[in-house]
Amino acid sequence: MIRSERGHGAKATERIAFGLLALATFLVVAPVIYIVVFILVNGSGSISWEFLTQAPRHRGLEGGIFPAIVGTFYLMIGTLLFALPVGVFSAIYLTEYARRNWLTRLINLSIVNLAGVPSIVFGLFGLGLFVLAMRSGSSLLAASLTLACQALAMIITTSREALMAVPRSYREGSLALGATKWQTVLHVVLPQAMPGIITGTVLATSRAIGETAPILAVGAAFLLPSLPSSPLDQFMALPYHLYIVATQVPGMPERTMWGTALVLLVVVLSFNTMAMVVRWRFRQRRV
Amino acid sequence: MPRAIYEKHLKSLHEDVLQLGDMVEKAINHSIEALKKRDLAMAKQIVEEDVNINNKRFDIEQRCIQLIATQQPMAKDLRAIIAILHIIVDLERMGDYAEGISRINILMGDEPLLKPLIDIPRMAQKAVEMLDRSLQAFIKEDVEEARRIPKEDDEVDALWNQVYRELIFFMIQDPRTISRATYLMWVAHNLERIADRATNICERVVFTATGKMEEIGASRY
Amino acid sequence: MVIFSGEIERIPAVPAPEKIKLRTSGVNLFYGTFQALRNISIEIPAQAITAIIGPSGCGKTSFLRLFNRMNDLIHNARVEGSVELDDMPIYDQNTDVVELRKRVGMVFQKPNPFPMSVFDNVAFGPRRHGKDNRKELEEIVERSLHRAALLDEVKDKIHESALSLSGGQQQRLCIARVLAVDPEVILMDEPCSALDPVATLKIEDLMRALSENYTIVIVTHNMQQAARVSDMAAFLMMADDKTGELVEYGPTNRVFTNPKDPRTESYITGRFG
Repeated sequence: MIRSERGHGAKATERIAFGLLALATFLVVAPVIYIVVFILVNGSGSISWEFLTQAPRHRGLEGGIFPAIVGTFYLMIGTLLFALPVGVFSAIYLTEYARRNWLTRLINLSIVNLAGVPSIVFGLFGLGLFVLAMRSGSSLLAASLTLACQALAMIITTSREALMAVPRSYREGSLALGATKWQTVLHVVLPQAMPGIITGTVLATSRAIGETAPILAVGAAFLLPSLPSSPLDQFMALPYHLYIVATQVPGMPERTMWGTALVLLVVVLSFNTMAMVVRWRFRQRRV
Repeated sequence: MPRAIYEKHLKSLHEDVLQLGDMVEKAINHSIEALKKRDLAMAKQIVEEDVNINNKRFDIEQRCIQLIATQQPMAKDLRAIIAILHIIVDLERMGDYAEGISRINILMGDEPLLKPLIDIPRMAQKAVEMLDRSLQAFIKEDVEEARRIPKEDDEVDALWNQVYRELIFFMIQDPRTISRATYLMWVAHNLERIADRATNICERVVFTATGKMEEIGASRY
Repeated sequence: MVIFSGEIERIPAVPAPEKIKLRTSGVNLFYGTFQALRNISIEIPAQAITAIIGPSGCGKTSFLRLFNRMNDLIHNARVEGSVELDDMPIYDQNTDVVELRKRVGMVFQKPNPFPMSVFDNVAFGPRRHGKDNRKELEEIVERSLHRAALLDEVKDKIHESALSLSGGQQQRLCIARVLAVDPEVILMDEPCSALDPVATLKIEDLMRALSENYTIVIVTHNMQQAARVSDMAAFLMMADDKTGELVEYGPTNRVFTNPKDPRTESYITGRFG
């Protein structure tokens, strides 16, 4: 009897645990769905050919957000251009070459902490270093470098994890065949780690280009007469534009704000989707 | 081929067993020939050369042990090695019989033979033939032949019987021949034992092939 | 009338090879303060199979990795004494490790083909060493697969993933990959421990065939395998203060039938370890 009662109790506990876990998951998923649906419903009304292809007029009250889309796109490319090689190379150095001593441990710790630095600090850092000290002015270049710095921490961390996940036996197999360390990294380790590295890099970049605070300090403009023609020009960007239209312009129709938010969301999400596709393609090719 | 090394070693052991058999056959034939001719030098040589037969046997035995230790033979492979271990003991002992015949020859000194040898060479011929065929049966794993050979031991036994009676007759007729007749009796007895050992080999052939111990055609002596 | 006495000289079934390929003298190996090998002096004959046996943790693998300097990969590993390939000192400052590893190939415990095609796996070594002529590579791949007794089985899937092969085939592919570099010595670190008995016997037969042209050193904790496959056997000891000590070394036939050291005897008869 006692036993069956206990069994009964265990079953009840099991049910409660299951319920709690499901509830927690639901609490996570629900707001995401709510936000996406809400923005979709409110923003889709303002999406039009004109909205996507025209420059804003009358302080954004009329016209579209085309320069901001292009600016964000440029920013993305610029960030990738700086962050990807530096991030991957330092990850390779740290995992494959660096000796394990207190210095490398300190560096690892710093990198992990770098990811936790508030984005406005990055903005001010970019302003101080790139805009003022290096005299690049408020520009696409300065903003790309700033965002790259912010993305670096995550890129290095995820790349290192991807590199370390490559089995030791592959490295040993390659070295034992008389391959050099660099050949081993290039032909055995990197191809294996690539999906992980790409996913991490793209996610880090897409998160960085969604940021407002850093670019606020280093070069984003609200209204520009033309698209940037060189990296040293000022630029518009979606998050900053959204911030301005939502808070700084009196009488802005709500649907413009929601429309801008929707476009930003779509850009970021499609970038993430791209990462998943690339990752999947790599998996396919990789045997 | 799977287990190529084991097969290779087994084959080379088979060849060595045949070689040992050859040495033994030669020793038997020569011992009878030396007796016929009363060639003491030849008899001495046979006695001296017996050590080669013994060495060969120990060499094969050593290699069987190594093969068991290193190749871990199982089932029929194992029985084949065990059979070799038995067969070489039989062969070595046959060599000892040939040596024994030669020693008898030497013991007889310059005394002439009691009578011309007729049945004893026939016994030797038959015994050597049985030995030769049993070894062939072993190499070829020919169970039928192995079952046939021991039945022919009756021929050797019949010859032995005949020689025995003939020599007894000599001894009754003239007691002065007793010592010389006894020598020949030992010779004939040794030949009879050789044929018996050949049937032992046949039993090993059957055991290797079937895994069953059978006593085939037990000798009356 | 049965007269026999006297000792018999043992005639070895495998004649003792003359040339020494690998030689260590007084080798000590440390990982930090832990000593993994103790004063090992050994001469490994060319074109023969030498098996290293001993209980787990006795330093067999460390010993094997001396010869292609794979211990270098381990942080704070330190080697004392001399290790020579032919007459080239392996632990000399001027020794080119890459060159050494071309001459001394290695097959690992778990088959570790790269996640590439069969072809690319075998061509990996030659490509790294500067061969990029397609035709030449094709010849090397075919020859290596043939020597590794794998060609017939993979002829139709040379451009398929190596990971689609069975465990035994993968291990023979790893052997083919080593052969493609044309080494002189092949080190094998428990090459059959992840394989079934049939695949194991195939690898053993392959090893015998390869030993006609290559010097093979195999580490195994499968004593029967060491007995079956090797010409020479070395027994490494494991004990509190004796870990990594070479207890006995000699022809396999002798070591497995008549070991000189009682510790070898009790190990190979399964009485300890």
